[in-house]
Amino acid sequence: MSIGSVPLRYKITVDHDQCMLCGRCVESCPYGVFRIDREKIHVNSRVCVACHRCIAMCPRDAIDLTERPVDYRSHPLWTPQVRESIYNQARSGKILLSGMGNAMDYPVIFDRLVLDACQVTNPSIDPLREPMELRTYIGKKPSKLEFQKVNGDMVLKTSLSPNLMLETPIMIGHMSYGAISLNAQQSLARAVKEIGTYMGTGEGGLHESIYPYQDHMIVQVASGRFGVDINYLERGAAIEIKIGQGAKPGLGGHLPGEKICADVSSTRMIPEGSDAISPAPHHDIYSIEDLKQLVLSLKEAIEWKKPVFVKIAAVHNSAAIAAGIARSGADAVVIDGFRGGTGAAPRVFRDHVGIPIEAAIASVDAKLRSQGIRNEVSIIASGGIRESPDVAKIIALGADAVYIGTAALVAMGCRVCGTCYRGLCPWGIATQRPDLVARLDPDIASANVMNLIHAWTLELSELMGAAGINSIESLRGNRDRLRGYLLDEGIMRILDVKMVGA
Amino acid sequence: MVKVSIDARQMHYTPLNQVIRQAVAAGATEIEIDHVMGQRFIADGLRGDVTITIHGVPGGDLGMFMSGPTCIVHGNCEHAPGNTMDAGKIIIHGSAGDAVAHSMRGGKIFVRDDIGYRGGIHMKQYLEKRPILVIGGSARAFLGEYMAGGLILILGRKTGRPAIDRGLGSGIHGGKIVIRGGLDEINLGVGATVSELPDSEMTEIIPLIREFSGYFGLEGEEFLNDRYLRITPASARPFASKYSWEV
Repeated sequence: MSIGSVPLRYKITVDHDQCMLCGRCVESCPYGVFRIDREKIHVNSRVCVACHRCIAMCPRDAIDLTERPVDYRSHPLWTPQVRESIYNQARSGKILLSGMGNAMDYPVIFDRLVLDACQVTNPSIDPLREPMELRTYIGKKPSKLEFQKVNGDMVLKTSLSPNLMLETPIMIGHMSYGAISLNAQQSLARAVKEIGTYMGTGEGGLHESIYPYQDHMIVQVASGRFGVDINYLERGAAIEIKIGQGAKPGLGGHLPGEKICADVSSTRMIPEGSDAISPAPHHDIYSIEDLKQLVLSLKEAIEWKKPVFVKIAAVHNSAAIAAGIARSGADAVVIDGFRGGTGAAPRVFRDHVGIPIEAAIASVDAKLRSQGIRNEVSIIASGGIRESPDVAKIIALGADAVYIGTAALVAMGCRVCGTCYRGLCPWGIATQRPDLVARLDPDIASANVMNLIHAWTLELSELMGAAGINSIESLRGNRDRLRGYLLDEGIMRILDVKMVGA
Repeated sequence: MVKVSIDARQMHYTPLNQVIRQAVAAGATEIEIDHVMGQRFIADGLRGDVTITIHGVPGGDLGMFMSGPTCIVHGNCEHAPGNTMDAGKIIIHGSAGDAVAHSMRGGKIFVRDDIGYRGGIHMKQYLEKRPILVIGGSARAFLGEYMAGGLILILGRKTGRPAIDRGLGSGIHGGKIVIRGGLDEINLGVGATVSELPDSEMTEIIPLIREFSGYFGLEGEEFLNDRYLRITPASARPFASKYSWEV
């Protein structure tokens, strides 16, 4: 105990004049911040994670939360977080686990890019009156089309690869049942089906209750091969091979045994209570040739009926790797940027490994175009897409579509407290505890997610219309509609955008 | 019994699998394929109650995702036969390459001779599904790495040295590896422990040895009185003590 206790991370105060002792805060908090005793709410701020459930449930706005109420001596280098990590590791000698996405204060490239709009010439388009084409096809496009004349009719000779048809270029990324609750997964699944887009299963198998939405599910094959059998592969609309993840590039995943309840064990097809360990590499992939073999084996298994995606984390060599993936037979490459979320990742990986999605997408798109193989794969961008302008900007940098993750969870109530790994999510999202899961009503949550994607899609149409663009195809890779604002020249060269005023 | 013969000479794997699927759909219970020369993915994702006899050397991922059929190979196999296989059987009259039975979830694989590196890697079991890999000869490094369930039996038939390389059962957190004869402790992987196979567990091994011997026309009885070791996880939670929460 020589180090002593570190200061409170959050401080909860209750306004006892406002409080009517309804006890909702006590019920709401699975971390045990509140208790009611002798007609008064008592608080243990030490266990608070700032999930805001109590604040959202309090009918009298009687609860207040302050972050870091105790100051350390300020120092630009030895921040409170650095000091507390050292205290933690000095005590434990262990790797620090953290949740959600990158928490370092890196500059956000999206926020240094601005979009274009038309003035006078090339007039803008009003999406109210004019049709806006946001439909997106994910998959291989032929480099040329060949036709044959049969009895005076033109018949297509080129055989086309299977594509996914998206009504909007916004999909939901892979969050497994296990990482999130079944209610959360069902809510997302209902939303994507309704919208006409797709979502990923993560490496958690496909629960029976998701079968009605299977035509909108991208089933994942990751290094642990959990939940993977021929039925699973055949049910999905597409298959995604997960090589890496933006939140923890180079690592696999461990779902701890305590999260493997009976239902989770059935979809992952492993015994209840056992650790689900997804190793860092796939044991059958040590080269692009091996990756090709896995891509082809999956296609062969489903008789070439569905597209196969490959997801990698955005790292230094993403562009060259993506060029390899494009030649592996894959139909789409997913690039997951270093701001991508996760249920749990070692903090050093979450915060220090990988590169921003903006730079990765621009360089992947440029590399594929320079090699004349951009049509061989679609590019899906994920990791840190927060709002519709991010979608517009990343498409202008070369992506075909995006995966959102955290944003969809926020639409269901998530407050980005980053404590997913505790399995006690008070919003019923990142938990398997039945009473907490029951808090998430799939009727309401799916409507919320649908509203969000719908709203973004409307905004995207408006942004495109203002720029005089009526088809998403014309926005894709259209860097001329972007300008860099206070970005350095090196970054702008990578992004291939001009600076404002130029 | 409906028997179908296929000549795979100069045939790409996709049309070959199409012919196999069509034959199974038409009710074939025995399929004999001649002149197999490196075609990958034979019986990939195939279901059904059919025995496929392969003459030649199939390419990688024989019986990948396979769920039910039996493949009998008269020849060697390339890498990863039985990759993520679900149910059924693969019997190899020869040797096989790396990652045999990779992530296998059910069914049985019998290899008469040797296998390469990372055999039985990440095999796993669930309820009645318990994959079994029997190797007549020896295996290279990292046999049963990350193993999460199932059984690997290795006999070291010719050399008497079944596991000749390091990393045996490295990261194993479920299932077990049974080895005939001795073991240099230095070859034991991280997280694995070794002990004598108790008689109670020998009863499970005996029928497998008999089944193995039956397939390859061997006198199985010679193995029955030998010493067997079992390699099991030191912990079902190998990574449990590695991490600390941030808060």
